[in-house]
Order: sequence, then C-alpha cells, then structure tokens
Amino acid sequence: MTGPLFDIAVAVARIAVFFAFCFGLVVVMTWVERKGAAYIQDRRGPNRADIFGIRAWGLFHPLADALKFLFKEDFIPDNAHRLFYQMAPMFSLAPAILGIAVIPFGPDVTVMGRRIALQIADLNVGILYLFAVSGMTVYGVVLAGWASGSKYPLLGGLRSSAQMLSYEVSMGLSLIGIFMVFESVRMSQIVTGQGGLLFGVLPKWGVFVQPLGFILFLVAQYAEANRTPFDLPEGESELVAGYHTEYASFKFSMFMMAEYLHMVVGAAVVATLFFGGWQFPYLGDAGFLLPGGSTVAVPPALVLLLRIGAFVSKVLFFAWLYVWIRWTIPRLRYDQVMRLGWKVMLPLSLLNIFATGLILLLLNK
Amino acid sequence: MTIGVIKVARPRKMSFPESLYLVEIVKGLGVTMGHMLSNIVRQEGIKTIEYPEVRREMPPRFRGRHRLMKREDGTPRCVACYCCATACPAKCITIVAGESPDPGVEKYPVRFDIDMLRCVFCGMCVEACPCDAIRMDTGWFTPPDDTREKLIFTIDTLLEK
Repeated sequence: MTGPLFDIAVAVARIAVFFAFCFGLVVVMTWVERKGAAYIQDRRGPNRADIFGIRAWGLFHPLADALKFLFKEDFIPDNAHRLFYQMAPMFSLAPAILGIAVIPFGPDVTVMGRRIALQIADLNVGILYLFAVSGMTVYGVVLAGWASGSKYPLLGGLRSSAQMLSYEVSMGLSLIGIFMVFESVRMSQIVTGQGGLLFGVLPKWGVFVQPLGFILFLVAQYAEANRTPFDLPEGESELVAGYHTEYASFKFSMFMMAEYLHMVVGAAVVATLFFGGWQFPYLGDAGFLLPGGSTVAVPPALVLLLRIGAFVSKVLFFAWLYVWIRWTIPRLRYDQVMRLGWKVMLPLSLLNIFATGLILLLLNK
Repeated sequence: MTIGVIKVARPRKMSFPESLYLVEIVKGLGVTMGHMLSNIVRQEGIKTIEYPEVRREMPPRFRGRHRLMKREDGTPRCVACYCCATACPAKCITIVAGESPDPGVEKYPVRFDIDMLRCVFCGMCVEACPCDAIRMDTGWFTPPDDTREKLIFTIDTLLEK
C-alpha cells in the first residue's frame, strides 16, 4: 500500500476498533448496572428478554431497550424551545465521544515496517484536550434543563452546572502532580513513563506516586460524570429525573448513552493516568522482569496481547467500580457536595501540588 | 431539674479516620460485594419470587377469585336466588334466572357474570349464598388480561375452577 492510503486505513481501523470497544462496553455497562444493582440488593435483575428461548442472564435486555427507544414517539413538549431541546442530547453525547480520541489502548506496534501508535490521536496537549472536551458536557445538561421549559429540569440543570464547575477545578489541579512526575501532558508519554519500577519493587504507576491525587481525581470524576454519590442533577426524589425529565424515546437514550460513555471514558482515563494504561506489571518489551532480578522471556505477540488485555481489564474494573460505588454510597446533600468540592477537594489538591513539587525538588538536588 | 425535658441520646461523634470516610467507604464496598457474590453463588437464596412460573403460597383463608360449585351430576349448584347479587357492595354480579329442567329444582342461572374489574373481594357473596354455590378459595388473584370484556367472568369460566 502507498503512504497516504496506508495512513488513512490505519486511522480508520484505529477509530473503528476503539469506537466499537467503547460503545460495546456502553451496551454491556447498562446490563452490568441493572444486574449488578439487582444482585447487590438481593434481587434477580433483568432476566426475561430472550432470543429463541435463550435468555443468557438478561444479556439481551440492552437490545430490547434500544428497540423500545427507537420505536417510541419522539415527543416535544409544548413549552420546550424546539431547537435547543433537540440539540441538547447531541451536546451531551458528542463530548463523551470526543473524549475517547486521546486514550492509548495499547503500545506502539510495527506493521509493514511502520510504527503505529494504538491511539486514535496522540495529541501533544493530551490531557488538556480531554479537560476541554469534558468541560463541554455541562452545556448538554444546562441546555436540556433550560430548553425543556419545565421547572424540575431547570433546577437539575442549574445544580449540575454549579457542581461541574466546582469539581472541574479540583479535577484539573489533582492531575498537576501527575504532569510534574511524568513531565508531560501527552497521554502516550505518561503511559510509557509508568513502565519503570518504584524502589525496585512497585510498578511506577500514577497511583503509587500520587495516591492523594488519585483519590481526588476519582472523586472529582464521579462528580463530573454525575454519578452517585454526586448525582444531584438527577435526584429523583426531588427533581423527578432532573435535566432529562421531559425527554423520551431516542433523545433520552442519547442522554443515557452519554452517561455510560462518560463512565467508560472516565474508567479509561483513570486506568491510563494512574494505573499504567496498557502497562502490564513487570512486563518489559522482551518479557517479564521480576523484582528479584529473574527474567521470563515472552514472545512479542504475547507481550502485545498481554498489554492490551491489561488495559481492557483495568477499564473494565473501573467501569465496574462506578456501578459498585453507585449501589454502595447514598447520595450527598447539595450543600455537602459544594462543601466537599470547595473546602476539601480544592485545598487538598493544592496541597498535593505543593507536596509533589517539594519532593521532586528534594529528589533532584 | 426541668420538668418535661427528655434527654435524647445523640449520635456518637465520628472519630477522625471515620470522618475521612475513605475506610468506611471501602468497608461499605465490602458489604455490597459480599451480598453480590453470595447472591451469584447461591441463586436460590434470593428472595424474589419469579412470578408467572413460581407462585406465592397463599394462606388458606385467602379470598381469591370466585368459583361456582357443581352438583354431583355436573349442573351448577346455584339456584339463582340473587342473594349474592343483593349482598354484593360493588354490584358486580349479574344473574339471569331460568326455569330448571330438573323437577326437584326451581331455578338455575342462565347467565352468571362477575365483573372482576368491579369486584372488591369482600366475600359477601360467599357469606350470602344459602347453598354454598359460590366460593372464593381458588387461592389466586384475577389474572391480568388485555381487554375489559375478558375480565367479565361468565358462568363457564367460573364453573371451570
């Protein structure tokens, strides 16, 4: 194949593979959420939808949901602003999809003598792009809340904008420590930087060099994704269903997809920044390098598979953690959320930057 | 001491590690994971009754949907006396009487309809019946259906049970 054609083919293939992975995971996550919630609460969960009598533990329920949403009436309330009402679900879903572009899902591979990064776009601004994009999600929520022309969605939208603004700050600041340690905002370089060993024993993962940063980032991310315990915009006991109260059919489904895609992207970002992305513990390019000094040779193809597998399993774990946390912790009150955001998270993230800077300064002297 | 003042036990003050919530959240995660794993391993331990396939065992005196009793020769025991229809507070029983071919019996119900959508399951009809022709001991509710007409039970449906 010639040069440009090859590049295009590679780009399309990367997008197709990772996009399919993320959306497949979104579909599975809706099932995991319902089934996991059921088992945590001593219920059985979805188990009725079947194809030719095969029920497969309710795995076909997402399919049934999608069909149902597709065939429902596309309803627009009288009071709604017709244009913005229809734009809001798109504004909600688009940033979530954009987010998957900068996540490296595997190491560089060599195909036909060319090095190919397993990442849709290796931007030099990396994580900053992710912040910019995820900051846009609030537009979808606010727009939906305002354009619905109804009180509950408006309150939900307002809550969500206040909450997202508060947590955006500490989310950004909690990652400064990571940038300082790995000296880059490029996702691929952060992942490669996590390949080494810390004190010769621990993998040099973000979570081990930045434990406080990890906790802060995780909490901020749950608040950003509007997940329990921070799902005030959807507080059903107060606001019916929050910003998407007035939405039905596929528009509602787009909000749901955006929420789950946020979870998947969030899980991938946590895995990439704090758990070494595609790094498999103690696995070098040629094989395992155990702390004791012993080595186990592994063929390159298996190394690649192990690394991609490591990334996928980390993403699956953190996606599950969203569900697990949701059915464990009750929702915070609104003033508690604000207090946590401004009075606890922000000072702690500033402290984290200061402490990281101090330690790096002392180590380099 | 002031009269009428009751000292209420205040919740215990949280210790410092508790007020950080981190350890407590992990403990909570442990609890939920324990529930989930035990439910996955022991599916029969889940309390949910899977309704259409499995039915809850009703107590013996449960007043369920009605049935009409038959004589030994298979004819309905009902003599169309209208006692149940009169006693019914919901006015859901419709009876049309006819002359019975049996010389020993005066009347029999040509029509005996119970509108299950109006029935309040009070059991007055059973109390009122002089010849024990109607009972509510089927031990089950009125099953759901898709039209109103199907839920007006006729004499044939009521005799079946």
